[in-house]
Amino acid sequence: MSSLTLSNSSNNNVNDLVPLDLLRLNLDTKVIVKLRDCRELRGVLQAFDSHSNLVLSDCIETVYKLNENTDELEVLEKNESEMIFVRGDNVLVLTT
Amino acid sequence: MLFFSLFKTLVDQEVTIELKNNLKLTGTIKSVDQFLNIKLDNISTPESHIDEDGDVVYLNNPHFAGLKNLFIRGSNIRYVHLKKSLVDCNLLQDAARRELSIEKREEK
Repeated sequence: MSSLTLSNSSNNNVNDLVPLDLLRLNLDTKVIVKLRDCRELRGVLQAFDSHSNLVLSDCIETVYKLNENTDELEVLEKNESEMIFVRGDNVLVLTT
Repeated sequence: MLFFSLFKTLVDQEVTIELKNNLKLTGTIKSVDQFLNIKLDNISTPESHIDEDGDVVYLNNPHFAGLKNLFIRGSNIRYVHLKKSLVDCNLLQDAARRELSIEKREEK
């Protein structure tokens, strides 16, 4: 909510925004993170750094498996974690 | 440095670390460094885990039987499961914003 007001005043220009600013704007909101090995996390973004290490709270991890016959994703496993640190080298994309 | 600082506050607390080879280890953090290498004490492994083929794998891995403490190379870590009560969310969010603005200033 207050992330915009806390930022540098020079950030009013869109050109000053770096990709990591998008993460900053998503702090304290629910995000979907796609990871390596067909994994996906849904949780509230609490922290990130330039390696895209993340901390998510109230997080649900879903592990998928690609069914090669039908080309569909099957859910293999669902895990919950109240607070999870994710090492950045697993992260593929982050979206809301 | 944000997560290095975070893990330093978690020294002597119990966490569950999930490695990229699907091994899960529960133990007490004894020390941590800037690469997020972690020394874990009093480790135990949960009994089972389902692998990518849907098979149950028993993770009381014989390689870890009898081990009490170990050093984990940070690059092998996938997740660290934390207790919510040990983390101050507002502090963490502010620290993340601050860290980004510091980095941007350094770039200029």
